[in-house]
Amino acid sequence: MTKKIYLDYAATTPVDQRVIRAMLPYLNKKFGNTMSLHGFGQTAKSALEESREEVAGLIGAKPNEIIFTSSATESNNLALKGIAFANRNKGNHIVISAIEHPCIMESARWLEKQGFKITRLKVDKQGLINPADVREVIEKGTILVSIIHASNEIGTIQNISEIGKICREKGIYFHTDAVQSFGKIPIDVNKMNVDLLSASSHKMYGPKGAAILYVREGTKIEPILHGGGQESGIRSSTVNVAAIVGMAQACKIAKKEIKKEAVRLTKLRDKLIKGVLEKIPGSHLNGHPQKRLPNNANFWFENVEGESIIIQLDLSGIAASTGSACSSVKLEPSHILLAIGLKHEQAHGSLRLTLGRWTKTSEIDYLLKVLPGIIKRLREISGKA
Amino acid sequence: MKPYYTKEVIKRFTHPKNFGEIKNADGVGRVGNPRCGDIMKLYLKVTKRGGKEIIQDIKFHTLGCAAAIATSDMACDLVKGKTLKEALKIDYQKIIKALGDLPPIKIHCSVLAREGLKAAVENYEKRKGKEK
Repeated sequence: MTKKIYLDYAATTPVDQRVIRAMLPYLNKKFGNTMSLHGFGQTAKSALEESREEVAGLIGAKPNEIIFTSSATESNNLALKGIAFANRNKGNHIVISAIEHPCIMESARWLEKQGFKITRLKVDKQGLINPADVREVIEKGTILVSIIHASNEIGTIQNISEIGKICREKGIYFHTDAVQSFGKIPIDVNKMNVDLLSASSHKMYGPKGAAILYVREGTKIEPILHGGGQESGIRSSTVNVAAIVGMAQACKIAKKEIKKEAVRLTKLRDKLIKGVLEKIPGSHLNGHPQKRLPNNANFWFENVEGESIIIQLDLSGIAASTGSACSSVKLEPSHILLAIGLKHEQAHGSLRLTLGRWTKTSEIDYLLKVLPGIIKRLREISGKA
Repeated sequence: MKPYYTKEVIKRFTHPKNFGEIKNADGVGRVGNPRCGDIMKLYLKVTKRGGKEIIQDIKFHTLGCAAAIATSDMACDLVKGKTLKEALKIDYQKIIKALGDLPPIKIHCSVLAREGLKAAVENYEKRKGKEK
């Protein structure tokens, strides 16, 4: 294998060199615990608060509204469980969509077992939620609506500000999982009318181990980790300063480059989508053609299985992903692909390609050169079995 | 780095020797994997030698993951030239052993190959019964 082309940026991203440089001092020289009163501690504490300001700035939030966590999964768990338990006296109904990330789906399922009532909103064929549906399902006991901003699989971007407006009118907390959109498209928590928002560092060229939950001032939320009272008592744990400094640096870079990069990636994405649909018979685009992340392309191919495409691409030096049951630990096809109306056998042949900061035009050209042959060969082996 | 699949699986997946169709096959088996949705079609050509029924040729079409394709191809190799009775004794562990190994989650793929063979032989027996 000579080439190494990474087209799986939605899974995780490499850490930007500028981020690594910013982090390094906080691993040894400035290693203090933010809770310590001495100089080591206060140095770390200052870095934490500066990071908070930087991250808040990227989404139009106030620094004290940013709670640092260890992962998007933790942030989403905290959002759902924290709001559910803090607002039990108001009601027990929570609204999510059918295309949430597993950490929302599973948190909701767990809450269901604890006696909460969950509504899972359907999406249309392109993965869009109709805001009017949100209005319709809200009832007297609804305490939270949580809708993913941009789909991690099909890239569809929801009309968050419209949904947020409805929740605000009804006086219901609104959370959005913005893991895939954070740092890729502009986000403003006020314009989008959100009360809570989750985002993660490792999806936007920061390190793993840092994430945030934005919590609007005045929001009633219970912690799920109890202890030393860090992060305003909402998230106890010794603070991972180096990773957080890294996330802040990643936000600083994103703020500067976000618009230009979104334009560049959108062009590359559209070239990729057009190329695949033109060159490969029996290929279909999943998700919305325009309302989608600048870096996401997702297809399904007739009479081919996705995992075999991934392995063939890997052998050709290209890293990609699929929603096929064959690649999942549960041996079930992606619930997102099923939610947009794909049949099991169609989801079986899905392929996700996600681009990023270091994706070059030549890499897309190479993909377009090898993929048609791979699909053709696999179809020969399947013989439309 | 320990790769996800063994070299033998990759070899069989990228260069399967036995895929394709046998025209005028004596037995055809089509099975679907209820767990993941993979589909396999197996074609048999049977010949009689010394009163025994021997698998003269065997080919497959598989719509499935790399493991499903590799196990299909390996199963064909393992039973070619064997009597039907011997062929049906091939269990999934033998297929996995011949492939070096399979990730635990892919064990069911080797079961698919075994089921495909069983279905093809059953189809052959049924056709034979009708001829009589």
